[in-house]
Amino acid sequence: MLKINNLHASVEDKTILKGINLEVKAGEVHAIMGPNGSGKSTLASVIAGKEEYEVDKGSIIFEGQDVDELAAEDRAHKGIFLSFQYPVEIPGVSVTNFMKTAINETRKAKGLKDMPANEMLKLIRDKAELLEIDRKFLSRSLNQGFSGGEKKRNEIFQMAMLEPKLAILDETDSGLDIDALRIVANGVNKLKRKDNAVVVITHYQRLLDYIVPDFVHVLHNGKIVKSGTAALAHELEEKGYDWIKEEVNA
Amino acid sequence: MELKEKLLSSFLVFENKIDVGSYVQDIKSEAIKTFKDNGFPTKKDEDWKYTSLNKVLKEDYTLFSKKEHNIEYSDIKRYLIYDIDSYKIIFIDGKYSSHLSETTHDGMDICLTSAALSKPKYRLVIENYYNKVATKDSLTSLNTAFSNEGAYIHIPKNKLVEKPIQIIHFSTGNEAASMLQPRNLIVVGENSHVQIIERHQSLTENPVLTNSVTEIFANKRAIVDYYKVQNDKQNASLIDNTFINQRQESVCSVHTFSFGGKLTRNNLKFFQKGERINSVLKGITIVGDKQHVDHNTLVKHIEPNCESHQDYKGIFGDNAIGVFNGKVVVEKEAQKTNAFQANNNILLNDNATINTKPQLEIFADDVKCSHGCTIGQLDESAMFYLRSRGIPKKEAKALLMYAFANNVLESVKIPELKHRINRLIAGKLSVDIGFDL
Repeated sequence: MLKINNLHASVEDKTILKGINLEVKAGEVHAIMGPNGSGKSTLASVIAGKEEYEVDKGSIIFEGQDVDELAAEDRAHKGIFLSFQYPVEIPGVSVTNFMKTAINETRKAKGLKDMPANEMLKLIRDKAELLEIDRKFLSRSLNQGFSGGEKKRNEIFQMAMLEPKLAILDETDSGLDIDALRIVANGVNKLKRKDNAVVVITHYQRLLDYIVPDFVHVLHNGKIVKSGTAALAHELEEKGYDWIKEEVNA
Repeated sequence: MELKEKLLSSFLVFENKIDVGSYVQDIKSEAIKTFKDNGFPTKKDEDWKYTSLNKVLKEDYTLFSKKEHNIEYSDIKRYLIYDIDSYKIIFIDGKYSSHLSETTHDGMDICLTSAALSKPKYRLVIENYYNKVATKDSLTSLNTAFSNEGAYIHIPKNKLVEKPIQIIHFSTGNEAASMLQPRNLIVVGENSHVQIIERHQSLTENPVLTNSVTEIFANKRAIVDYYKVQNDKQNASLIDNTFINQRQESVCSVHTFSFGGKLTRNNLKFFQKGERINSVLKGITIVGDKQHVDHNTLVKHIEPNCESHQDYKGIFGDNAIGVFNGKVVVEKEAQKTNAFQANNNILLNDNATINTKPQLEIFADDVKCSHGCTIGQLDESAMFYLRSRGIPKKEAKALLMYAFANNVLESVKIPELKHRINRLIAGKLSVDIGFDL
C-alpha cells in the first residue's frame, strides 16, 4: 500500500529525514517510535503533503503511484489520513459543517454527488457514537476550547468518517488520560480492516498495549535504525532510547 | 464642466421645480450654500485621508434622467429577498416605481419622501425630524439640496412591523452616467420594532454615483434593525451617509455587507440621546480587483449607562483597498458607558491594503471602552489541516474566510437574508459550498 524509498526531506533548508525506507501492506499496523526530534512528525507531515516540507530525494509510493507531487487534498482523496499531534483550532466552522464539507469534497473528487443530508446526519451520529462523542460537541467550533482528549477523539472521529486506506496517527496518545486513551484505541481497532493500514507514531509504548502493532520501527536522526515486532516496543519502554543511540553510533 | 459647477448651476433650475413647503425650501437653500463653500471633500480632509473621490467625480453624470424605462419585476427579482413577505419601496433612476412597490398607510406610513415633503399632513413630522440628525457636512448638504425622493417610514408607537421593509434604489443605465441622491427618513415610535433592508443596485455597467442620506430616529425603547447590502456592479460608487438618533433604552443595529461596487464610502453616525441605549455596528467587507471600501463610523455617547458594539471584518484581495475609521466619543456626562470596537482584517496578498484607525475620545472617568484592530493572513497550519481532510485549496481558503467573518452574521435576524448573504459570500469567494447547515 505504502512504499517509502530512501526518503530525504527538509524544511527551511534543514534536512530532517535522511533516507527512510518503509513498506506498509494492507491489513498491517506499524508503530514508529523514537526520541524527540528524531523526525517522526516530519515523516507524518511529508506523507500527508504539508507544503513547507521539501522532498529532496527518494519517493513515496502510495497504491502504486508516486504521490510526491500531489497536493494534500489529492492525497486525502486517495485515502491517506493524518491524525494531527496538535489539531488546529478553527473558530467559526462547526465540526459538523467541517465534516460535511470534507466528505462532499472527497466525493466530488471521485465524481460522486453530495451525500444526501439525512444520510450524512446518520453517518455522523453513528461515528460519534463509536467514539463516545456527545452530540452537542458536533455543533461546536472545530477544536476550539476542546480539551486535549476531546481534540484527539475528534481526530479519530474524522478518521471514522473519512474511512481512509492509510491512517497515520501522530502522537495520538499524548495528552490523553487513560479513559480517553481506551476510547481512542478502541475506535481505531474497530475501524481496522484487512484492506486498510495504520501507522502509529508514538513516543511511548502505552498506546501499543491497546493498538498492537505488527511491526515496530525506531527512528533516530532521520533514519529507521531498528525494526522488529511488538517486543521491541517493550524493550524500548524498559531500557529507553539510549542503547539504540549507542548501537547506532558504535 | 466640473461636477461641482454642474451641480450648482443645475440647482437654480431644480429649485423652482420642486414642490416643497417653505420650511424645506429654506433648508435646501442653506444646504446648497454649504456645498458651494466646501465642495467635495479631498484627501486633505482628515476624514478622507485614505479615500479619494477624484476618480468617481470625473464622469459626466446626468443629474435628472428623463428617459423612460420598462423595468419589470422579473428584471429585479434577484436583487430582492423575494422569498419573504415584505414591504417594498422601489426606485428606478431616482423615481418611485409604484407597480414594483408595496407600501402602506394602514396604521403607519411606509411610503415616499416626496409625498412627505410636499403634503401638509406630514408637515409636523417633517418639521420635527427632517434634516435634524444629519450633520451639515458638504456631501450630506449636497444631498439635502437636491434630494426629493426616497423612503419615508413613520411607525407610530407600540407597533411591531411584522414584515421587513426593503428599500431598493435601482439605476437602469439609460444614461451614459448618472448621479443619484436618494433621501430616506425613518421615524420609529416608542416601543415599536422595525426591520429594514437597503440596497443600491445598478442594472448595467454604466457608471453611477449615489450620494445617499438616511436619517433614522429611534424613540424610547424602539428597536431598529437595519441591513445594508452593498453588492453593486463594478462601475457603481456609493457614498452612504446614515445618521441615527436614539432615545432612551432604544436598540439600533446596522449591518453593512460590502462585496461589490467600485468605491463605497459608509459614513455611519450614531447619536445616543438618552440613557440605557444600545447601538450595534457590524460589517463584513470582502473585496478584490481595485475595489475600495471605506467605513467611517462615529458613536457619540452623550448620557450615562449606554452601550455600543462595533465589529467589522474585512477581507481584501488583488489590489483592493480598505479603510476603517471608527470614532467613539464619550462625553463628560456619559458615565458607565460600555463601548467596544473591533476591526479585524485579512489581506490575501501583498498588493491589498487596509488602513485602520480607531479613535477614542473619552471625557468621562467611569467607563469601559475597548478597541482592537488586527491585520493578518490566512493561517497556513489551518489550511493544511483542512486540505489534509480532502478540502481543496480554494474551498479551504473560502471556509477559513467565512469562519473569520461568521460571527457578524450571527446577529442577522432575518433567516432568508442571512441565507442570501451566505450565498453572496460563497459567490464572492467563487466556491460552491453551502456555509449554513
